[in-house]
Amino acid sequence: MEKTIRSVFIGEVCDLPEKLGKTVTIGKKEVAVFKMENGTITAIENRCPHKGGVLAEGILSGEYVFCPMHDWKISVKNGKVQAPDVGCVQTYPVQVKGDQVYVLIRE
Amino acid sequence: MIKQKLVLIGNGMAGVRAIEEVLKINPNGFEITIFGMEPYPNYNRIQLSKVLQGGTSVSDITLNDWEWYDGNKIHFYPGETVTAINTNTQTVSTNKGRIESYDKLIIATGSNPFMLPLPGADKEGVKAFRNIKDCEEMIEYSKNHKKAAVIGGGLLGLEAARGLLNLGMEVDVIHIHNYLMERQLDRTAGKLLQAELEKQGMKFLLQKNTTEITGRKHVTGLKFSDGSRIKADLVVMAVGIKPNVALAQAAGIPVNRGILVNDYLETEIPNVYAVGECAEHRGIAYGLVAPLYQQGQVLAKRLCGIQAEGYQGSVLSTQLKVSGVDVFSAGKINEDEHTKVYKMYDDWNGVYKKVLIEGGKIAGAVLFGDTKDGNKLFDFIKKGARIEEYLESSESVNIEVNVVASMSDEELICGCNGVTKGNIVEAIKANGLTTVDQVKGCTNASRSCGGCKSLVSDLLACTLGEHYQADQKEAICGCTTLSRDEVLEEIREKGLTHIREVMNVLGWKTDGCSKCKPALNYYLGMIDPLKYQDEREARYVNERMHANIQKDGTYSVVPRMYGGVTTSDDLRKIADVADKYKVGMIKVTGGQRIDLLGVYKEDLPKIWGELDMPSGSAYSKGLRTVKTCVGENFCRFGTQDSIGMGIRLERKFEGLNTPHKVKMAVSACPRNCAESGIKDVGVVGVEGAWEMYVGGNGGTHLREADLLFKFKSGDELVEVIGAFLQYYRESAKYLERTSAWVERLGIDRIREILSDELMVREFNKRIDEALSVVQDPWKEAIHNKTLLRDLYQTVKI
Repeated sequence: MEKTIRSVFIGEVCDLPEKLGKTVTIGKKEVAVFKMENGTITAIENRCPHKGGVLAEGILSGEYVFCPMHDWKISVKNGKVQAPDVGCVQTYPVQVKGDQVYVLIRE
Repeated sequence: MIKQKLVLIGNGMAGVRAIEEVLKINPNGFEITIFGMEPYPNYNRIQLSKVLQGGTSVSDITLNDWEWYDGNKIHFYPGETVTAINTNTQTVSTNKGRIESYDKLIIATGSNPFMLPLPGADKEGVKAFRNIKDCEEMIEYSKNHKKAAVIGGGLLGLEAARGLLNLGMEVDVIHIHNYLMERQLDRTAGKLLQAELEKQGMKFLLQKNTTEITGRKHVTGLKFSDGSRIKADLVVMAVGIKPNVALAQAAGIPVNRGILVNDYLETEIPNVYAVGECAEHRGIAYGLVAPLYQQGQVLAKRLCGIQAEGYQGSVLSTQLKVSGVDVFSAGKINEDEHTKVYKMYDDWNGVYKKVLIEGGKIAGAVLFGDTKDGNKLFDFIKKGARIEEYLESSESVNIEVNVVASMSDEELICGCNGVTKGNIVEAIKANGLTTVDQVKGCTNASRSCGGCKSLVSDLLACTLGEHYQADQKEAICGCTTLSRDEVLEEIREKGLTHIREVMNVLGWKTDGCSKCKPALNYYLGMIDPLKYQDEREARYVNERMHANIQKDGTYSVVPRMYGGVTTSDDLRKIADVADKYKVGMIKVTGGQRIDLLGVYKEDLPKIWGELDMPSGSAYSKGLRTVKTCVGENFCRFGTQDSIGMGIRLERKFEGLNTPHKVKMAVSACPRNCAESGIKDVGVVGVEGAWEMYVGGNGGTHLREADLLFKFKSGDELVEVIGAFLQYYRESAKYLERTSAWVERLGIDRIREILSDELMVREFNKRIDEALSVVQDPWKEAIHNKTLLRDLYQTVKI
């Protein structure tokens, strides 16, 4: 089957809380959408590779989110887990058109 | 330069350790080839019993993974057996027809299980316990067979027996001596061990000499010399091991019990070395890991041409842990006419300690039940220390440091994350680490439960010597070099008002982290409770959401029940809400409230609205609950109105932010049903007075509370509790419980400060100010649209 990329409208920029994550469920996928202090919006899988913690509820500092379960530090930009832990989470490209925020999902 | 060809026969712990040592000294000196009979990389044979017990895979006990071989450019032939050595042509040949030449050859063929030559020993169902294949076969066996017999009550036999027990088999252990592990333990310890293992379900047949394994094709039982019999459909022979010398012997290398080696692990044939269980040094073939590692080091130096002292033989120590039973022994174990004994036997707790002294010097030791002195004693035995030295060290306050110093590199410091002493020391040296936090960041040690922090600190002290200052200034976190006190001073002096400002002005190296942001949020709020705007995004999820997150991302809801007292109306509301929102579980908490578990984030505000009860703050770094006993109104022993006092305290201090959670309790008599002795603030009513205890803790670091004061009047009690809490708020580090804080400041100093009426009044003024802005967070959330949208609503597409 051919894979397609779907652009999913998730809300307006002002609907997203500052310096926090938002839980967005798209079909069966759960995505954590973050609005960083500098306004950048990113989206990653809402699941810590360690024990499945919900990353949307973590403390966001700069480009890193700290998992609320066991404090793993993960980049919300590239999904990379920071040392001394290892691993990565899936990232999803985000498009902002005017006030509207879209997450691109490969299906 | 042409590299010398180094060939290792035997991919086990001893041989591979020798190669590791060689690589450490001279990473590029040799072209290395390793042959291993088993199709696995080098694994930890000591932990085989874990594989047998199930739940542990081969990869969990692997010591050097496949990448290690690749990374060190080692030619590795797993599952390939060397069948002959030609010492003239300096070549080895294998069962796969390969011929490999060597400049240096290490034989590390280990040992074979010793199989008793009994009639019937060749029947199906008779096994050894030596390698992964044995384990796999036994696991398979346990699926359709019930009764196992282990011949041999030594180290290996007991480990096998424990594993089989875990696999659900009935296990008889047959031992020829009259107590277990007679080579490592004395009679008393052997009998204690037996009793403990019997409790776990093992059965023992002692002083039994097996004469025959019965059955036709398949084993059905054992027959003993006294004529008795037992049934068994699996027999594991664990009577001992014998060095595997066949290959060496066939090649004409001199052997006795093992392959004969000198102090440099050289055999009598040039360029051929032997190491580990297959080698015999000064008449001894060792079967434990520590000597093998020592041999590996000596051998590596020899191969690399480094002048060093040869191997002098090892004093042995044994440490066994069979599901919670700790035993240790080293050196001499049984008394004779030359020895004197220092002995301690605590029958009640099952602790036994025996130290053997010969000519005033420690010659051996047997420990049962409590083996934490094991390493220290072992060190003393090795250096021939006098008994006085041991006895003095046991009393010395520096004992902790000594404990760390005498640990072996393989010993675990952090049990949660599996970090050994060796890992930590290496990290300290390689990366120039100087603080516990740096060690944590680099190795993960002390990151989970934190119980090993003091050990890590001791290790830093040991490794860095005088360069380490234990009471060094402790930075808030890795984002800054400033300590808590320095940051607070700067905030006050410069009038800083929010987190971003603090980070910018004080030169934070990052955008903050999960440690400093909540801490700064607390400090800023504590310094100026009236003006500070709490920054929710800097709070840990539970405090941000006012609910406790669970492992699956749902939350729990705990409404407040002042003093643990509720009403039928409230219970009805709770029941209705639980039904309506289909909560996963309703549980009574340790703090005398009711917990609704498994609530979805979106439902939190709805549930709070329908409950119409205040938040129980079960999530907060603040006052949790005041636990109470029934008190004088009902209880025949009660001397005070504990419920009334508990409710009064809870109403006064609810919603207060503190550096860490604060639990309180009020009991109405010294029977202390509310457990005031393990609370941050515990009150005990006595006839005509209240006792105030502080700094208790029933959690990770169990601590009995200290008695601070005794008051005649309840008003006075409440006032001093207020002062105590404010003093704690102002001087504790964020996330420092009162137990640690009381210990750091000293109870005497706290008592002195709080004896000053003026101070008490000032503290109360400031705490009242902080309490004046407290709002019920649940009510606040359900009436604030922005909060509802930002925190509780999810997007579903």
